[in-house]
Amino acid sequence: MLLRAAWRRAALAATAAPGPRSAAPTQGLRLRVADHAPQSAVPSDTAAAPESVLRPLYMDVQATTPLDPRVLDAMLPYLVNYYGNPHSRTHAYGWESEAAMERARQQVASLIGADPREIIFTSGATESNNIAIKELEAAIQPDTSLVSVMTVNNEIGVKQPIAEIGQICSSRKVYFHTDAAQAVGKIPLDVNDMKIDLMSISGHKIYGPKGVGAIYIRRRPRVRVEALQSGGGQERGMRSGTVPTPLVVGLGAACEVAQQEMEYDHKRISKLSERLIQKIMKSLPDVVMNGDPEHHYPGCVNLSFAYVEGESLLMALKDVALSSGSACTSASLEPSYVLRAIGTDEDLAHSSVRFGIGRFTTEEEVDYTAEKCIQHVKRLREMSPLWEMVQDGIDLKSIKWTQH
Amino acid sequence: MAAAGAGRLRRAASALLLRSPRLPVRELSAPARLYHKKVVDHYENPRNVGSLDKTSKNVGTGLVGAPACGDVMKLQIQVDEKGKIVDARFKTFGCGSAIASSSLATEWVKGKTVEEALTIKNTDIAKELCLPPVKLHCSKSMLFPAEEKTQLSP
Repeated sequence: MLLRAAWRRAALAATAAPGPRSAAPTQGLRLRVADHAPQSAVPSDTAAAPESVLRPLYMDVQATTPLDPRVLDAMLPYLVNYYGNPHSRTHAYGWESEAAMERARQQVASLIGADPREIIFTSGATESNNIAIKELEAAIQPDTSLVSVMTVNNEIGVKQPIAEIGQICSSRKVYFHTDAAQAVGKIPLDVNDMKIDLMSISGHKIYGPKGVGAIYIRRRPRVRVEALQSGGGQERGMRSGTVPTPLVVGLGAACEVAQQEMEYDHKRISKLSERLIQKIMKSLPDVVMNGDPEHHYPGCVNLSFAYVEGESLLMALKDVALSSGSACTSASLEPSYVLRAIGTDEDLAHSSVRFGIGRFTTEEEVDYTAEKCIQHVKRLREMSPLWEMVQDGIDLKSIKWTQH
Repeated sequence: MAAAGAGRLRRAASALLLRSPRLPVRELSAPARLYHKKVVDHYENPRNVGSLDKTSKNVGTGLVGAPACGDVMKLQIQVDEKGKIVDARFKTFGCGSAIASSSLATEWVKGKTVEEALTIKNTDIAKELCLPPVKLHCSKSMLFPAEEKTQLSP
């Protein structure tokens, strides 16, 4: 007992928490120092690209985020030295791994105002969503139902009124689940204030590692879930399988960093977002921002450029990594279902591009992206028969288009 | 007579328009090399983008597609008295492959007679541009109506 406690203390001391917050925490961070410059060259077609080849600017944080260096620092010891199975109860390797796992659990819980006992580690938000939905079948009362709402939409950045929805669900005794993958660590969330019963968390959306996430499951009043995968009964029997210590340490560190940086990041990202939108809209007519401008997370900017097709613009903006529509609907050739749901005209849905602004996005990257975007939209409009018809004063809605 | 000729010319231009399917969304964030450099080249070094005088009786204009489908192409051909296509212009609202396909089509039809031009198949274009198979999904709406006959009046 004493030995185990001593190991735990030593392990906690060894794994230093992400560094104390300095005056300007992210200002000096340049992740892509060697890789990016405002004028980046086109990657060559050869398979073995030379070291000096520049890569595109990364403006697709909704798809995934780079690892925060502080997260990597926290993970590395667990990839190299402290490699024990956290469920091994009989030796130091297991004890120190377990200590790190529990510390990570505390870090995740702290970010959303939960108790650590309410956090179960999973392989990602998708698994968490599946557990939450499956819970419906395991509900005690026969008439229980579940409400599931995304906190922040990954395509257009719209924030849902989670607190209000939580209030309604609680008063009607209905379970409330939210997929907070794009919201955790970016906007303040408290599971008790917002009366959330289940929440899905994703590691790689918040500058943590890929392959890990968590599900928050309320204890009071108890929410019962049914395990998706059975096995050794880990994670209170709700998710069997060895918990991957390095990954959860990364998730925990990412959450802690996010908690520290949230306000600063939000202010900075809001400014950059405003800058990008203003620059583009000032220079280009007929640009529409998709999504409610008031209830909106600034890091996700979805714009439709009328008379220009979205994919051709992405091809033209080859120095910038962007997205049009959701990566989750990759197999479909349909325009974005989210845009269709908010009533966007179909032609504007085909013309939409999503710009992601994150913790490491710089002002120069935003300026470069805006300039190139303006330049290529103008060029593509010159090539567009729709633009030509509009310039000639034709009302596109009056045309009888051929069947496709 | 001239009006009928222009009508046939317009139908011929429409017939020459090819449809190219859209790139699947998941490939959009891929680096430039996932677009074949031939496709990118047609955008970066455009040939034959623009318009011919649509009121001229030697010019046939075809417009196909719909904005709601994300694909609209306009193709114009200028034909001499012998029925040979001497000039062609295009404008496209569509993905990179759609732009490249219509651009390539204008290159290929120049110097051919209208009948010869009608033999161009969308599969030829896709092969030349190295379009992946998934991009042929719209070829079913290829506009090469079998009944198209183009006799041009002088």
